Amino acid sequence: MTPSIASLSAVEVDYPGRGRALGPVDLELLSGEIVALVGPSGCGKSTALRLLAGLEAPTRGSVSRATGKGETAVVFQAPTLAPWLDAQANVALPLELAGEDRALARAAAGEALAKVGLGDALTARPVQLSGGMAMRVSLARALVTRPRLLLLDEPFAALDEITRRALADDVLALAAGLSPALVFVTHNVEEAVYMAGRVVVMSPGPGRIAGEVAVAGPLIRPTGFRTTEDFRLAVEAVSDLLAHSGARAA
Amino acid sequence: MKTLSPLISPLILIGLLLAGWEIACARWAIPPYLLPPPSAIWTALLQGWPLLLASAWGTLSTALLALVMASVLACSLAFLVSLSPLMEDAVRPIAVTLQVTPLVAIAPLVTIWSGIDHPERAVIGLAAVVAFFPIFSGALTGLKAVDPDLSRLFDLYGASRAQRLWRLRLPSAVPALLEGHKVASGLAVIGAVVAEFVAGSGGAQGLAWRILEAYNRLQTARVFAALLTLAVMGVVLHALMELAERRLLALWRGR
Repeated sequence: MTPSIASLSAVEVDYPGRGRALGPVDLELLSGEIVALVGPSGCGKSTALRLLAGLEAPTRGSVSRATGKGETAVVFQAPTLAPWLDAQANVALPLELAGEDRALARAAAGEALAKVGLGDALTARPVQLSGGMAMRVSLARALVTRPRLLLLDEPFAALDEITRRALADDVLALAAGLSPALVFVTHNVEEAVYMAGRVVVMSPGPGRIAGEVAVAGPLIRPTGFRTTEDFRLAVEAVSDLLAHSGARAA
Repeated sequence: MKTLSPLISPLILIGLLLAGWEIACARWAIPPYLLPPPSAIWTALLQGWPLLLASAWGTLSTALLALVMASVLACSLAFLVSLSPLMEDAVRPIAVTLQVTPLVAIAPLVTIWSGIDHPERAVIGLAAVVAFFPIFSGALTGLKAVDPDLSRLFDLYGASRAQRLWRLRLPSAVPALLEGHKVASGLAVIGAVVAEFVAGSGGAQGLAWRILEAYNRLQTARVFAALLTLAVMGVVLHALMELAERRLLALWRGR
């Protein structure tokens, strides 16, 4: 049986003055699986991600993680790079903070950047990078620690459609190499189905899990996957769940 | 022509104003102690420039020294205060009170404290007080102006307090610090001039003293000449600081 890497059990999150934001929610992540959290704005999907990352604590319920220090990585909606550091130094940062030797960290960062196709942009500063390139640097920074749990919070939301698709394929290829459990938040149904083996649909007011859809198909999506019957059926199922939960919330 | 016009149009306006001024003085025979014509001011400038230049250097060096003092004090205090929200809450009302108190009003006190025989110390002290606040609030804002997501990443990677400070908060503070120093440099000159007026004695030989001296003798053209020197000095200093800010900011973010 595949071991669990992180789980939320009956977690609830209240924000002072705004009431219940999330819960109760149960979610278990297995090692190496790819899960998409889909839902409308305000359904608590980003909150769920921050709970899994340990960046936020639940008001009630419990979060458990089988990952140790430095084994969880997060990519935010914005690239979140330090403007005063070049690409290589940005990527090396997690290793250097963990006490890794500077030269070794820089070398590992160079390799990680090469893997995301930015091997020749090591000395570029964030201001000199396009949105897609900056996101790749952010991705390289997340992967450089070889995380067992990789959390992506709407990582492609600010990018154009072509860049989105290219990055989605890159993420899948990179994940296949390291096979971390990968959770990503999106409000794009097609993207969720394309990338994830399991799509978790969330509904707002307060955020809850409305249902799950399993997506068949190989981890590395073959070209033309978007036109297959598997893809179409999964998109339909997720859309149904979304429409249903939306109606219930209203 | 189009690229030159932003430079030429103010020059034309200034030329017209000066010509009107000169003609008006002659036409209505305005007494020169009341309003000297531009030509008389020009003569005063030509005759007095060695002294004016020396006085300008006096005021400028005072202002720069005050700026350095204010920078060291303001940055260290902002750093200490930023270590705990409690400290900030405690210090902020005092800082605001001091800031809104007019410089002129505290000048006598500072003069007494620095010793009646040392007006130059009082002038530096007063200019430093004025320059202190923009740097202090810039540094404090900067130390807290950390990208919240970047801060979360530092949490995630288990950064120590020292790492947080050196690798996140200090570099994040750079733009606000530069801005604070730019504003402070202008204020330091104003502070130095006001302080020279108030501390008013021959001990501090700055531009304000030249103005006072000429005013006491009703040599209005020399008042204007000193004023003009002061204005030019201010403009040059401002331009230099702006250039320095732009260059350093470009260095900080790589472009």
